[in-house]
Amino acid sequence: MNITHHISDELLFDYANGALEEGWSIAVATHLALCPACRKRLSAMEAAGGMMLEAIEIEPASGPTEDFSWEAMRARLDSAASASSVIAPAKRPSGKNVSLPEPLRSYIGGDVDAVKWKPLGLGAYHYPIKTSDQDISVRLLRIPAGKPVPEHTHGGRELTLVLKGSFSDISGRFGPGDFEETDETVDHQPIADPGEDCICLAVTDAPLKFKSRIVRMIQPLLGI
Amino acid sequence: MISAKVRVRKLEKTVKEPDKEELSACLLAVGAGKDVQAFEILFRHFGPKIRAFMLKRGGNRQQAEELMQETMMMIWNKAALFDPARGSVSSWVFTVARNVRIDAFRKTNRPEFDPNDPAFVPDPEPAADHVYESGQEAERLRGALIKLPPEQADLLRMSFYEEISHSAIAERTNLPLGTVKSRIRLAFSRLREILGDAA
Repeated sequence: MNITHHISDELLFDYANGALEEGWSIAVATHLALCPACRKRLSAMEAAGGMMLEAIEIEPASGPTEDFSWEAMRARLDSAASASSVIAPAKRPSGKNVSLPEPLRSYIGGDVDAVKWKPLGLGAYHYPIKTSDQDISVRLLRIPAGKPVPEHTHGGRELTLVLKGSFSDISGRFGPGDFEETDETVDHQPIADPGEDCICLAVTDAPLKFKSRIVRMIQPLLGI
Repeated sequence: MISAKVRVRKLEKTVKEPDKEELSACLLAVGAGKDVQAFEILFRHFGPKIRAFMLKRGGNRQQAEELMQETMMMIWNKAALFDPARGSVSSWVFTVARNVRIDAFRKTNRPEFDPNDPAFVPDPEPAADHVYESGQEAERLRGALIKLPPEQADLLRMSFYEEISHSAIAERTNLPLGTVKSRIRLAFSRLREILGDAA
């Protein structure tokens, strides 16, 4: 796989930091599965997070509280010992021929041949993927060779990850594994390259998202 | 009197503060043999930091304590997955704490790649001196982070401590989104140079 279009620093940083919603994260994590270079950048960002964690100043020792806390932890360890929920590294299964990587494959419930495509008109198909965020639209698109991507109006952010075939637009040519990030300021018309249908993962802001997005942003503060 | 106090504090520090190699050895011991003593060292070092980290990201003290305990439980259970060649103990602990927080506040798990997935594209073969280099890499990374200009460092701190996205930072600080993005880019382009990545 020869990837030339990668995840931007801003987006990858939000993912590294745990600040990226599920829908966008599916596209980011699936690109990461295909791209060692972006994984390397991710670990640099996580290392920065580790340093930030180390740098936190702790209030002067409150000995009894820490001891109390450790006792509570010990009690949990003792009860966990009987349950034996130890997680060991898994072995890589071999010989299985799949083309869609995780985490995308689990969201679809199978490989690309299991997708139940729905017609979009003009020979194009899509397959909506359910997530917990109703205001982010996640779906697979299948664009016939040589044809433009249909119903292409979006406000806000749009992430596209090519899984099969390729398309071209103003920013260049996007082949398998390539990742495109655009927003409403970019006027682009992707057209599938001739020769092969293009299958990609497309994540966009769904219409009428703004209100609930604010609610989601303050959810952690409300503790709900 | 004063100097005696300082000495006591210094002494406490040398007794209590394990260095990176010790922490790494402790985590490996927990992974290999469920070593409770090693785990206690990790707990006393990281516990207060994780609790403070959770508190900074919102919620009350009790929630922060629960999330810290949950994080330490994950560390206990997943310690065997820690690979010192892939990164430091603190970055590993950071990712566990981050994921515990996401699981607690969202309805679903964080979407993640799976290195054991047959469709996963593995890293190119590491060089023979890779393990040696990753320690040096961490040091260079640390040096670069310390030398970041204040406006870039502040932005990273705000993001890490408060778990907000770059668009939320733009709203909070009244900076144009483009400015926030370019500061993040500048901060990480330096880290990229250090890691010698062409992406």
